[in-house]
Amino acid sequence: MISLLQDAATHAAEHIQDAGDAAAHGAEAASSGGLPQLNIDAFPNQIFWLVITLVVLYWVLSKIALPRIASVISDRQGAITGDLMAAEEFKQKSKEAEAAYDKALADARSEAQKIVAANRAEIQKELDAAIAHADAEIAARTAESEKRIREIRDSATADAREVARDVTAELVRSFGGNVDQAAVDQAVDNRMKGGLQ
Amino acid sequence: MATDGEGLHFDSVLSQFDVKPLFGAGEISFYTPTNVTLWLFLIVVSTVAMLVVGTRGRAIVPNRSQSIAELTYGVVHKMVEDIAGKEALKYFPYIMTLFIFVLLANFLGLLPMAFTVTSHIAVTAVLAFAVFFTVTAIGFIKNGVHFLDLFWVRSAPLAIRPVLAVIEVISYFVRPVSHSIRLAGNMIAGHAVIKVFAAFAGIAAVAPVSIIAVVGMYAFEVLVAGIQAYVFTILTCVYLKDALHPSH
Repeated sequence: MISLLQDAATHAAEHIQDAGDAAAHGAEAASSGGLPQLNIDAFPNQIFWLVITLVVLYWVLSKIALPRIASVISDRQGAITGDLMAAEEFKQKSKEAEAAYDKALADARSEAQKIVAANRAEIQKELDAAIAHADAEIAARTAESEKRIREIRDSATADAREVARDVTAELVRSFGGNVDQAAVDQAVDNRMKGGLQ
Repeated sequence: MATDGEGLHFDSVLSQFDVKPLFGAGEISFYTPTNVTLWLFLIVVSTVAMLVVGTRGRAIVPNRSQSIAELTYGVVHKMVEDIAGKEALKYFPYIMTLFIFVLLANFLGLLPMAFTVTSHIAVTAVLAFAVFFTVTAIGFIKNGVHFLDLFWVRSAPLAIRPVLAVIEVISYFVRPVSHSIRLAGNMIAGHAVIKVFAAFAGIAAVAPVSIIAVVGMYAFEVLVAGIQAYVFTILTCVYLKDALHPSH
């Protein structure tokens, strides 16, 4: 290990010596040692090619690359803005559609209520008429029935009176009396007064 | 040199920053294709791949590569708007160019064997001075003489305003220097430290520690690469804001 390091050190010394020689040589050749950056002889060459490069770069960027990238970015921006606006429009449309739907629903509902009310009124009217008609008929029939009952009662009274007179007259005759029709009628009428009430 | 496989290889600590011709050797004139040229070209290729090829679908719902492009766009766009205001957005392509350039240069520089363009002060200084001169020009064109209000702190008592003005002017002119050295310095330091740790990997005894340290530094440098690109851009926005609204 130590011998290796010694070896390396020897080598290093040799190389540094070499480097020194080379530097001295370079200094003779280029008449400016040290940093290559300070070698003024190479400046015109660097500047010449640099200026050409910059001109070419500027041309490529300003004529091709930058307009293209700018247009792509603005296209994208436009597309995004357009999409957002379209989305806004659709949203508005959906809102309008919803409003129209709600309105239609409300209209239909009120229409239905109107129809229901109208139908109910009509039915009520028919019903009222029918009830009135029925009432009238019932009243008429009641009146007729009462009349007939009265007739029946009257005729029953008359029949009873007839039968009573005939029976009375027959009784009087069977007891051998002389039938005074007027007196019999009188007597029967008197008895029946208050009896047939 | 140092071809025997074992031992310390410190030569790459600084040689990774060397500017070398791509073909052959010799004098580097201003038009010579160098490794700088190659990596600058790769930045352009990466930019096209990331921002042009990645967005070719133009999808409303983006795929992954388009998301990366849009995210990068969004970050810088928002930064310009938030810091420098809406009227600064017409300078957005310039600021985006700077951001993409610095970001990709930093990240590409982290590839093994890569050359880091933004580790060179010549490159960052050009960027910083370009920002400085442009912003100053915008300031004077937009505001005229009122641009000088930037140096005249009206919220301070009258007596100390001249002193503040001197300080403000100095700090204004130091801006491009700090702007460029901050970026290049971060890149140089990070890459140099990685290579120093890597050099120790040649010694078997310390190699595990060295390799762990390299991994750790590398992770840290990935963070720094992003942060420095962001910082460079955000400072540009701040300077632009000062030019557009000079009053304190």
